[in-house]
Amino acid sequence: MQDRIQGRIYKFGDNVNSDIIIAGRYLIYIDPAQLAQHAFEMLGEAFPARLRNFDILVAGRNFGCGSAREQASTAIKGLGIKAVVAASFARTFYRNAINDALPIVECPALYDAVAEGDEISIDLAKGVVSHAGQQYGFPGIPASVAKILELGGLANYLKSTLEAGKP
Amino acid sequence: MSQTIAEKILAAKSGEARVTPGQIVDAYPDLVMSHTATWRSVSVMKKIGANTLYDRDRLAIVLDHISPAKTEKYAADQQTSRNFAREYGIEKFYDVDAGIAHLVLMEHGHVKPGDLIVGTDSHCTIYGALGALGSGIGYTEVASVWVTGKLWMKVPTTIRLTLEGGFAPGVSAKDLMLHLIGRLGADGCGYKSVEFYGPALRAMSISERMTMANLAMEMGAKCVFIPPDEKTLEWLLPRLKDAASYKPVSADRDARYEQSIGIDLSSLTPMVACPHQVENTKPVTEVLGTRIDQAFLGSCANGKYEDLAIAAAILKGRRIDPRVRLIVTPGSKEIMLEAMRSGVLATLMESGALVTNPGCGACAGDGGMMADGEVSLSTANRNFIGRMGSNKSSIYLSSPATLAASVLQGVIADPRELYRGASQ
Repeated sequence: MQDRIQGRIYKFGDNVNSDIIIAGRYLIYIDPAQLAQHAFEMLGEAFPARLRNFDILVAGRNFGCGSAREQASTAIKGLGIKAVVAASFARTFYRNAINDALPIVECPALYDAVAEGDEISIDLAKGVVSHAGQQYGFPGIPASVAKILELGGLANYLKSTLEAGKP
Repeated sequence: MSQTIAEKILAAKSGEARVTPGQIVDAYPDLVMSHTATWRSVSVMKKIGANTLYDRDRLAIVLDHISPAKTEKYAADQQTSRNFAREYGIEKFYDVDAGIAHLVLMEHGHVKPGDLIVGTDSHCTIYGALGALGSGIGYTEVASVWVTGKLWMKVPTTIRLTLEGGFAPGVSAKDLMLHLIGRLGADGCGYKSVEFYGPALRAMSISERMTMANLAMEMGAKCVFIPPDEKTLEWLLPRLKDAASYKPVSADRDARYEQSIGIDLSSLTPMVACPHQVENTKPVTEVLGTRIDQAFLGSCANGKYEDLAIAAAILKGRRIDPRVRLIVTPGSKEIMLEAMRSGVLATLMESGALVTNPGCGACAGDGGMMADGEVSLSTANRNFIGRMGSNKSSIYLSSPATLAASVLQGVIADPRELYRGASQ
């Protein structure tokens, strides 16, 4: 996993639920590319294609609330989104994102400072988001859990522990 | 001492003497529920080359969403889940006839006080109605728990809610929860445990408690507890395989709560969640007269026998407005049988309702899809945009009583009018 993520942001509001991220009718898929074709489709047919022009999602409170569907984080990854920075995350999305190796950053201070299309840079190791010369700190993921992200998600993590013979 | 219920259960399941909020533990759940998503967890096991389960008796599989299969893809996925259950000898396997996983597992005695239960569904919080810690996870994580028996969990802080007084006629547990979700917000209990107390709680049925523990998820709760009492024991004991396994866990008197909130139930009125967020709640009086095209009576929130019976009592001898389609989906086979034997189903059908097989039904987008511009009134727990069809349709959420009063008029109506009439 990259320590440094940089790119243009798309900005959402509060309470973006997982039904919006990927509708229930598409849960028949688990492949990131298939899911991405329908990601955020409920907001309009052109949305999935439009979001491909951005690298990072920024959102308000409670991003990913609602259903525990793991395909929400998978669909976002499938769009080519490299990270999600939100004021806060719903716990199911938080877990699923880690398990899916989608970097997530909880940074409420950034939200009001940014607008759609802005460039931001995230230093995961240092716990800092940079935007327009300003730096915003964020708490890291607990060390015991960060290992899952480092190994590229829970499936990889599990595979490596099984191979090492100590699940 | 000084521990909440969540702290006690997480300590017990992770082999710790005690735990504190914020601490991360490796916990071993008593039960891992997977529903229609089971095939996805099976695919993860295949992908990583795992072929041994930590303890097959801790797995429960219920095919509840999109059941029976409506396309070949769903059929193939259900076949994968079914074959997995057979191959691994999963005894707690329930096929498409059983109903909604949460209700089925509680009815069959697979959920008991003090248990730690995780599953592929956010509404696992419902197990707190019986004093168990239930929480939702994704399908990859379910596969991981199948194989390793454990998962990391952060010990939550706890909010204490105390209920006093009693509901006015026509007001119910659903209205209480819509009131709370509106007041505290969709993340008002984010990452937190919620414990319910108070004199009013003892009067509440297990069905009402299920509604409460289920809906608390919509204010972000990680888990919910309604401390077991004589009603819990009475409901659960005949369902448990081993009566000695009934061991309620209660909070210490000096347990630490992040926040304490008191609510007088007698001050509550019927509530409605307006499109497209559950926290967008209003007293029903503010949306009276809103036209509805479809009404859905069902879901793990309000598809239980009592919910159907409340609606039937209002609809008995009456006809629903011809402009409305009323879809009734009993939550489980047990509920459907009871409603069949008591005449509740006949009453609903005679009033104009369509009754479907038990399961998640229209709440999960299975049947009852909405066209552009249509409005649905639903007793389920979510009104997110496009959840029941077109993203140009809209969903209002209400109690079964409000739904029944509304289908009679074809518009959102106040059920208290009917109760006032009945008491005269």
